[in-house]
Amino acid sequence: MAEGRVLALALVAIPLVASAEPDPAHLERLVIQDCGSCHGLTRKGGLGPDLRAESLSHWDADGLTEIILDGIPGTAMPPWRPLLTEAEAQWIAQYLLTTE
Amino acid sequence: MRRVLALACLILGLISAPARAETDALRSTGNLGVIIERASGSVLIVDRTAHAILDRVEGFGDLSHASVVFSSDARFAFVFGRDGGLTRLDLLTGAITGRVMQAGNSIGGAISDDGALVAVANYKPGGVRVFDADTLEPVASYDTGAKTIGLVDLPGRRFAFTTWDTGETWIADLSAPDLEAVVIEGIGANPYDALLSPDGRSYIAGLFGEDGLTRLDMWDDTPEPQRILPGYGRGEEPLPVYKMPHLEGWAQAGDRFVLPAIGHHEVLWVDAKDFTEAGRTKVHGQPVFAVARPGGRQVWVNFAHPLNDTLQVLDTQSGEVIETLKPGPAVLHMEFSPRGNEVWVSVRDAGVVQVYDTESFELIAELPANDPSGIFFTARAHRLGL
Ligand code: HEC
Repeated sequence: MAEGRVLALALVAIPLVASAEPDPAHLERLVIQDCGSCHGLTRKGGLGPDLRAESLSHWDADGLTEIILDGIPGTAMPPWRPLLTEAEAQWIAQYLLTTE
Repeated sequence: MRRVLALACLILGLISAPARAETDALRSTGNLGVIIERASGSVLIVDRTAHAILDRVEGFGDLSHASVVFSSDARFAFVFGRDGGLTRLDLLTGAITGRVMQAGNSIGGAISDDGALVAVANYKPGGVRVFDADTLEPVASYDTGAKTIGLVDLPGRRFAFTTWDTGETWIADLSAPDLEAVVIEGIGANPYDALLSPDGRSYIAGLFGEDGLTRLDMWDDTPEPQRILPGYGRGEEPLPVYKMPHLEGWAQAGDRFVLPAIGHHEVLWVDAKDFTEAGRTKVHGQPVFAVARPGGRQVWVNFAHPLNDTLQVLDTQSGEVIETLKPGPAVLHMEFSPRGNEVWVSVRDAGVVQVYDTESFELIAELPANDPSGIFFTARAHRLGL
């Protein structure tokens, strides 16, 4: 019962996010706060590795987008596809590669 | 620095005397607490009975994921910052009375049972460093070679902590002349946090990489890992976990206690005698904290992103959800008054800390705070294993 309700809520929530163009302010806050809970608010690393631009230089934007959407199976890096659109994941990949 | 923020008083309609040390009025610390403001790296000193902010103190560095322990006289707060800073704050004067940068990336701390030593667990470089609580001079350093989590104090001037990468629990004996540590292997895959029962006996590590938890009997001379609740996910595909749960506060009620499941929107009830499963309750999302109201009549649960605008209250006898509250966006932490009549809730993205009556579930006060996260009351000074 309770699980059914939760799923329904999630389904309602996704289209709201998905229909919107990437919203930079929202996504920046997501990176800082929600990626930050594992990678550190300043992206210097925590449970997950350092995500500052210089540490990600071996990645291109497409590779990062894929990791963000699909996570890294078998590790604590979760897939964000249930919560983010491809355009949003691409925005985050660009942001990680170009912002200090 | 030393002002009573007027807003909180207005909300409450109270006249809260600026009972600070410099007024030379005597005051106690028993009803004080601190709130971490993670965006600004500052700490609020609060009076939990007056629901008032007494002071805002800056200069703590990066306070994302900060935690706090208190000196045994409950006058000083030791604040552990994410950037490795260990800062001692005098709650009566609002002065920072000591600060060391002890590592690059830290996760939490503990204070020894005699109040003499403060320990900090670090991700990088992985391990635990121990400092003199008075001087903040280094006393010992345990290099685990791995991200270190689940640090608690044990009776007899000892600390226990566990490694994420290698699944070891270390027990460091700071009363022994050589400050030796015993290492117990085989705790399991990726322990993410651990907690200690109030009697100091059971140390339980939650596992991220395995369906189950591991218990060590700390009353045993040579504790052996005991896997508990193995396979609690029952082979169901785990859901993504967008924030690691915290094991904090032993949520025991009568003959059972509760733990957050990982990858499942459930809390798990565990038989306190034989550590077998005693039920489970479906909840709103991935639980982060499942904390018992002191006395154990209720368990309050908050949730991971993106379902983190909600709090649920479980009745411990029936195991059922009896109340669902929507405090606002990003409910990060809860702290009960020592006897459980009130609970303080930080609502990060709303920029407030809310106070609820735990009998009526009414919102009774709201205090402004800058991205509030952890809330810590001085009663923690007198509890084991925090
Ligand atoms: C629940 C914890 C958690 C959260 C939340 C999280 N990550 Fe991760 N992430 C990890 C862990 C752990 C790893 C390392 C996995 C491994 O062992 O390879 C990782 C790895 C990564 C990597 C690969 C880095 C490299 O150099 O190989 C990227 C990129 C990344 N995460 C991006 C993100 C982004 C962007 C977000 C937010 C949208 C995010 N992560 C949120 C835990 C997390």
